Amino acid sequence: MGKPRVALFITCLADQFLPNVGECVVKILRRLDVEVTFNPAQTCCGQPAFNTGYRDEARSVATRVLDLFDDADYIVAPSGSCTAMVRVFYPELFADDPARLRKCAQVRERFFEFSEFLVNILKVEDVGASFAHRVTYHDSCHLLRELGVGEAPRKLLRKVRGIDFVELQDYKLCCGFGGTFSVKFPEVSVPMGEDKVRAAQETGAEYLVAADGGCLMHISGLIHRQGLPLKTLHLAEVLAQQESG
Amino acid sequence: MADTGIHSNEIHQGASLTLGNERLREAYRSSTLRLLNHRELAIAEVPGFERLRDRAREVKRQTIEHLDYYLAQFADRVEQNGGRMHWASTAQEVCRIVVDIARASGAQEVVKAKSMIAEEVELNHALEANGIRAVETDLGEFIIQLAGDRPAHIVAPAIHKTREDVSELFVKHIHAPPTVVPEQLTAIARRALREMFQNSGLGVSGANFAVAETGTVVLVENEGNIRMCSTVPRVHVVLVGIEKLIPNLVDLGIFLRLLGRSATGQKLTTYTSFLTGPRRPGEDGPEEMHVVIVDNGRTKALADPKMREMLYCIRCGACLNTCPVYRKIGGHAYGGVYSGPIGALVTPELAGIGQARELPFASSLCGACREVCPVRINIPDLLLHLRSEAQEHAPQRTPSLIPERRMFRLWAWGMRHPQMYALGTRLARWGQILLARQGWVRKIPIFPASQWTQGRDFPALAPMAFRDRWKQLRGK
Repeated sequence: MGKPRVALFITCLADQFLPNVGECVVKILRRLDVEVTFNPAQTCCGQPAFNTGYRDEARSVATRVLDLFDDADYIVAPSGSCTAMVRVFYPELFADDPARLRKCAQVRERFFEFSEFLVNILKVEDVGASFAHRVTYHDSCHLLRELGVGEAPRKLLRKVRGIDFVELQDYKLCCGFGGTFSVKFPEVSVPMGEDKVRAAQETGAEYLVAADGGCLMHISGLIHRQGLPLKTLHLAEVLAQQESG
Repeated sequence: MADTGIHSNEIHQGASLTLGNERLREAYRSSTLRLLNHRELAIAEVPGFERLRDRAREVKRQTIEHLDYYLAQFADRVEQNGGRMHWASTAQEVCRIVVDIARASGAQEVVKAKSMIAEEVELNHALEANGIRAVETDLGEFIIQLAGDRPAHIVAPAIHKTREDVSELFVKHIHAPPTVVPEQLTAIARRALREMFQNSGLGVSGANFAVAETGTVVLVENEGNIRMCSTVPRVHVVLVGIEKLIPNLVDLGIFLRLLGRSATGQKLTTYTSFLTGPRRPGEDGPEEMHVVIVDNGRTKALADPKMREMLYCIRCGACLNTCPVYRKIGGHAYGGVYSGPIGALVTPELAGIGQARELPFASSLCGACREVCPVRINIPDLLLHLRSEAQEHAPQRTPSLIPERRMFRLWAWGMRHPQMYALGTRLARWGQILLARQGWVRKIPIFPASQWTQGRDFPALAPMAFRDRWKQLRGK
């Protein structure tokens, strides 16, 4: 059996706002002797429309995803949100379309979130990373509750050399992003995020780490507005860090 | 003046009232936290708790799928036990039935146990309109009746009231001496209510469960007022939503193990009552027992293979206590009788999506509710379903230039055409030159993006998207 081949699902948020996350995923996978391909025709999994109740629009975008990725060994996304969309919600979108539902089943069984791919598929916890800072971790809701992935990110973080990992108070509590919720109910979204930021500050951590771009944009947006010293990083960005020299 | 009607589409105003009130926010935060902590301790004592939940869900599923059978069986047994059956399709019918029973019995005063379904059909309003006084005997309901409020929580209707609030209400409405000591406040209420129980000719309650096999109505409580309402007056009326049915007493055991622990962290509530018909000769209890089966929109949910799952609910309130949105905005913001995650399903489903189209969106879909639901209702999934119903049947006018649906149609078209996606993002990069400072945007002038920058900054689009960097990465 040759090198595992991974088709990267970059996610629209990482593509446009956090491209460094994509670079880190590529770097780490190559370090682990995995071949990475990227289909530039990809755009989005369709979740924003689905989340807002526009199923036809979501379906039209999702159909394209099925067409673009149907021949990959593995499809890996640095996002629990997008992975949950494909694995958990695509079957609902295609429930009345047997042909697409079959294609969907084939895509779903190969589609993984980045940390679960490393730990559960590649069976790797030590990716050779080095990051001597105090770090705390926020569990993104879709990753934790739709995909059941809570241990994998922690296993990976604990193996990072020099890291001082501290559990966040109420780590499972939603940060308040919630996709379109963040703009439909900002009066609730913002206080929820502020609670998360406060909890992170209480750990004394320099970095708040999460595995989802949406959570990170919302939390970092709050931190920046308040001028706080706390920094945010995507899990992949921590795992890509190595000792210089 | 009691609040009536559904105000769910005013959720933003309702939310602001709580969010802007320090005392209310703290009341919700601390009360729900206490209930959550108690729940955690209580369920840790039951090693098979997860299996109980699975079993409970399965019993509910089976019962709901065959509800006609179980309702018929229940009705037969109730009548065999000497009870009288009534069937009400609508809220108005429920009220008419109860008012008729009250008139026939000659009751001038009705003592009421806490009943969400009675709130739902606005029974007190109907009784008062017919010259019959309705007195709430549950302490929380007694308090909110004095305040003219609706319940703010399914299990703890006065969760939003502090002891200072309660003292003020008692001084004002029942001429009580001022005190903020909880035991004294309770004693004041107890004295006032004791007289009511003795003098009332009719007691009205809901039901926590209705056992089909035996025709038994099951009621759980901590105060003893339900005992008083259901045994002291000559006539007892029980309001039973169709979804309260469970097949038999063995199954009941599963639910009794789940309800107390999930709701308040109690192994069992102080009183658990099994009422199987009116009194037999030589016994204590009501002479007449009337059971009113209530639809009021439930059969609509029943007919919907997706939404019927919402009928599994045993009204424990755990989803409210864990919901980060409920904990911030409080129960009244939901604008109906039921609040929190289950309220966001029940209100639109029973009242129609048009009356409550905002509720399914008032959630970040975090799934914490599903995690604590004793019958594992997939609340986030049902909320997503209602969102698509809302866009289909109750589209909203927003202050955006382009209607939302059209915006998403355009978005979807862009996402299906990568050259358009590339063009669109390139235009956005030029556009943000005016707005972005050092990688951040402080204010986006266009709705709905402007809603983001109300309370936080928005990250600027990265100078180079990943797909453009890939050209260099690919070669390595």
